[in-house]
Amino acid sequence: MVTIAAIIYEPGNSIRNKTGTWRTFKPILDVEKCVKCENCYIFCPEGAIQEDENGNFKIDYDYCKGCLICMNECPVNAITKVREEK
Amino acid sequence: MCEVKVITGTSAAAEAAKLADVDVIAAYPITPQTTCVEKLAEFVANGELDAEYIKVESEHSAMSACIGAAATGARTFTATASQGLALMHEMLFIASGMRLPIVMMVANRALSAPINIWNDHQDSIAERDTGWIQIYAEDNQETLDSIIQAYKIAENENVLLPVMVCLDGFILTHTVEPVIIPKAERVRDFLGVYEPKHAYLDPDRPITQGPVGVPDCYMETRKQLEDAIERSKRVIKDVNAEFAELFNRKYGNGLVEAYNLDNADTVLVAMGTVCGTIKYVIDQLKKEGKNVGLLRIRTFRPFPKEDIKDLLKEVDNIAVLDKNVSFGFNKGALGIEMSSILKNKKVCNYIVGLGGRDIKIEDIKKIISHVEKAEDDETMWIGLKE
Repeated sequence: MVTIAAIIYEPGNSIRNKTGTWRTFKPILDVEKCVKCENCYIFCPEGAIQEDENGNFKIDYDYCKGCLICMNECPVNAITKVREEK
Repeated sequence: MCEVKVITGTSAAAEAAKLADVDVIAAYPITPQTTCVEKLAEFVANGELDAEYIKVESEHSAMSACIGAAATGARTFTATASQGLALMHEMLFIASGMRLPIVMMVANRALSAPINIWNDHQDSIAERDTGWIQIYAEDNQETLDSIIQAYKIAENENVLLPVMVCLDGFILTHTVEPVIIPKAERVRDFLGVYEPKHAYLDPDRPITQGPVGVPDCYMETRKQLEDAIERSKRVIKDVNAEFAELFNRKYGNGLVEAYNLDNADTVLVAMGTVCGTIKYVIDQLKKEGKNVGLLRIRTFRPFPKEDIKDLLKEVDNIAVLDKNVSFGFNKGALGIEMSSILKNKKVCNYIVGLGGRDIKIEDIKKIISHVEKAEDDETMWIGLKE
């Protein structure tokens, strides 16, 4: 049942809707090279990069759409791309 | 009870927006609409109307601002014409797709090139399939009344669609006529306070409007829109009847107006101000013992096909007048629709009055005598220079 004008009335629905399924290129973060500058975290338009309990950054591929902004913004080239395999 | 002002069509539209107590007006000036939004700016500046008046840099922005305002739950008004309406095209789909009850005055004007500021219906007809309800007014009084009615139609929970009220550029927009201005409190009683249930701004109830409609759900939203505009037929009729009861003025059954249709074997079908000229010719011919009728289409969308079929079932000759052309088919939009629903009847199409060319009494008489002898499906351009 689609609501009128497909309005979404409940918050948090993006948790259910995985948006990383249409990625062409997948960013790979090399933790060894990472200097924890947070640039990738700040620039990611999808909020798909998070800091883990050890202070390392990791990419949540359920939501990463493969725009590679993180790769372009990384000052130490710790992020590279590979073609997404289906 | 009320007062009578001798005003132009654009002033009548502005008075109607004021009476509807709109919350937001966003508009960009374009001939022949400008005087409408100038009047509204005056009302807001004078404190006669408590509304936000948003000055925008284009009609695309005007409609965008109206969509944003209406999505918060505000009663919204705008006005445009011709190229301005064309510039809104993209946003018109968003307004109807988001089911926002925006009301817009359209001062019908020809489209460029060549640049032409005068009247025809090509601009609003080009927006036929945007999901907007389209009402075509015959005079300034109907312009005012239709804008008031438009809010009641648009905001009905079974409809929730934007409405454009179209009036012929210059013929109505810049011509003064006596217009009865109802008392504000009576209009308020008629319209009630707009209480949106599907789209309004409330930080305690966050919602997402205009989300991505993936293939999984998009088609359903389009069917919902089609069902809503179909339901609006009943609502338009009811609103017209309720309006007649309260204000003592009615426009046919709301969708169509029949004039001298009883026993007429030749009927003209048209929209807008030309209907006034046709009525005059019909009255003249009646004195000469000739029985010709007029079926005025008031709402082009929703298209009142059931009423048309019913009212024209005994008619032999149907002449459809169009102030627009569907290039490549050599017919006007109304002519195409009429032919598609009246398959076993003689329906001829007459392209008239493009770019402000006068439609004279002789032209109407020429159409009547032509259709009586014509073959089915003929198209004729009236008033072309040799």
